[in-house]
Amino acid sequence: MSETKTKPTLAVWKFTSCDGCQLSLLDCEDELLAIAGAVDIAYFPEATRAMKPGPYDVSLVEGSLSTPEHLEQIKEIRAQSHILVSIGACATSGGIQALRNLQNVDEMTSAVYAHPEYIETLADSRPVDAEVHVDFMLRGCPISKAQLIELLIALLQQRKPNLAQGSVCMECKKKQVVCVMVAKGQPCLGPVTHAGCDALCPSYNRGCFGCFGHAPDANVESIVEVWRHIGCSDRTLHRAFDQFHAGTEVAARARAYIDASTSEDEKGSET
Amino acid sequence: MTDTRTIKVDVLARVEGEGSLYLKVEGDEVKEARLKIFEPPRFFEAFLRGRDFHEAPDITARICGICPVAYQMSACHAMEQIFGVDIDQTIRELRRLLYCGEWIESHVLHVYMLHAPDFMGYQSAIEMAADHASIVERGLRLKKAGNQLMTLLGGREVHPINVKVGGFYKAPSKADVKTLLEELKWARDAAEETVRWVAQFDMPTFEKDYAFVALHHPDEYPLNEGRLISNRGLDIPIDDFFEHFEESHVAHSNALHASHKEYGAYFVGPIARYALNYQQLSAYTRAVAADIGFDRVCRNPFESIVIRSLETLYACDEAIRIMEQYEEPLSPCAPLDVKAGVGFGCTEAPRGICLHRYEVDEEGAIVDARIVPPTSQNQKSIEDDLMQFASAHIELSDDDLTWQCEQAIRNYDPCISCATHFLKLDVERLPAPKEDEDATE
Repeated sequence: MSETKTKPTLAVWKFTSCDGCQLSLLDCEDELLAIAGAVDIAYFPEATRAMKPGPYDVSLVEGSLSTPEHLEQIKEIRAQSHILVSIGACATSGGIQALRNLQNVDEMTSAVYAHPEYIETLADSRPVDAEVHVDFMLRGCPISKAQLIELLIALLQQRKPNLAQGSVCMECKKKQVVCVMVAKGQPCLGPVTHAGCDALCPSYNRGCFGCFGHAPDANVESIVEVWRHIGCSDRTLHRAFDQFHAGTEVAARARAYIDASTSEDEKGSET
Repeated sequence: MTDTRTIKVDVLARVEGEGSLYLKVEGDEVKEARLKIFEPPRFFEAFLRGRDFHEAPDITARICGICPVAYQMSACHAMEQIFGVDIDQTIRELRRLLYCGEWIESHVLHVYMLHAPDFMGYQSAIEMAADHASIVERGLRLKKAGNQLMTLLGGREVHPINVKVGGFYKAPSKADVKTLLEELKWARDAAEETVRWVAQFDMPTFEKDYAFVALHHPDEYPLNEGRLISNRGLDIPIDDFFEHFEESHVAHSNALHASHKEYGAYFVGPIARYALNYQQLSAYTRAVAADIGFDRVCRNPFESIVIRSLETLYACDEAIRIMEQYEEPLSPCAPLDVKAGVGFGCTEAPRGICLHRYEVDEEGAIVDARIVPPTSQNQKSIEDDLMQFASAHIELSDDDLTWQCEQAIRNYDPCISCATHFLKLDVERLPAPKEDEDATE
């Protein structure tokens, strides 16, 4: 029992999300008991009634910040956590619910809610790092189990985690998957999407739809032109960039470029 | 003089999503029982408008990380109804196999990790593993078998990427299906052991004459298709759902409460499915059920852990049947003839019926989306149970009453993430006068 005291403490927090990323921890069926043996799971309401007070060595944070209360809670969690890791698309970019950032929220709220006074919601859905310092990010909708385990092991060994770098396109090449865009003319976001899924969609004969977020230095202007070349409309392009990571600067850049470079034909067809 | 007791649990543990419990007791009378849902809304139905039909399975999957297949299947079936798509038998069976995977992973998560610790007296399954390692290890491997099916057919456990309107992007090879067969046979044995294990638990005495609602199909236990039936005489095509059910806004909850227009609160999920479809279970499942005395209608929600385990056994048995007969399809996906229209999809999520209704225009863009998840349908039943259960056990200490009331909520395996993400108090969707309701159909 004296061992327990020396074990690092782990807390798992949830904001606005689908639960899928924290479920990924419970989906580590082969490793879960070993993880529970190596760390003290101090706060993880989805898994346990026992809830211990902080401070915590590591906090995993799922979900986007979308209510005024969240902004206070995340500061408290940051203050209580030695290392804070944001996990998943919602926590790292605002998630699919950031689609509301593109709309007039006042208008939307009064149109959608019978009793808007009951609903406390921010005008936008924010990633965790918009409000507090984040030590590491695990991307993906959902996160990759392999990356989650690597992160936990690295933190236990007090080394930097070896997380996927580059784009999905590079992973596809490494895996020797035939390019769905070049060979089959299917639209694919692989060249501008962050690595980490091991080129999952192209391995299943479909183009990447960007669930891991934008790759570093994503050349959105170029991919827009490639998609146009294979026959995609501006509407299709907008939908592709404004999906799981619509709240990011890269998505905003893509929106601006698509609109600024639209052809006369498209202008006509948009009406 | 009456004492007022307040029982509060600010963060409900071992449920999916964020909810809290509130109970107000005056003297020996329970005055209020609430399952408060504070999980924030995500506006899904609002931003589905204007999206392409083919995006619906990927977008709606994100409502729930635990039962994404339910959303994908309901969305696909609704779109296919609009386009009049014929799905061939092999694709139909592959979809059933994928859904079996989701039932196994979701049910086993609940049985072993969320619910059993209540009966065994532990705070969590991890704590339980210290004393019962082999049981928890069996649960984890069984859960993994479900996730392996999800990965085989969907590409990954959470938010599968291989599902599309019309079928799949890629069909699995016969060899890949075969490699999992042995593990599913192990899983079927483990599921039977699970049934016998949970059947021995001490169940609190509690019974109610619920109105059960589930899909029903004459030839198979319901997953993707069927008519909606109840034990109160309901028997309707899924398209008539909104003529018989309505949703209302309750101030303390960020999710809508659904009710049947005549009989009010109703019950969806494993206990309801089992009560209405017992004859459609496999012979193996019925034999095990009879052996433990469950060849009957179960009206005690605490016993849902037994029914969930029996459904896990069925899902393993059904998966094995499909895998043994599998032949690769000529094409993984049916051709689509996109046109404007309105379509319904209703499938059996692990927690009960998940209904989608879409209207799309002639180019396939979504004009309107409406989704009714299982937990919002059960919310009224959960609160009724809390009221009745707490009233009958008022003599318990605050700690014991709190724990048992939490358990009364966990009986339903509530997915609060799902329930709230449909906070859609659309003015036009509030319980409307009948003529308006008809006009939208």
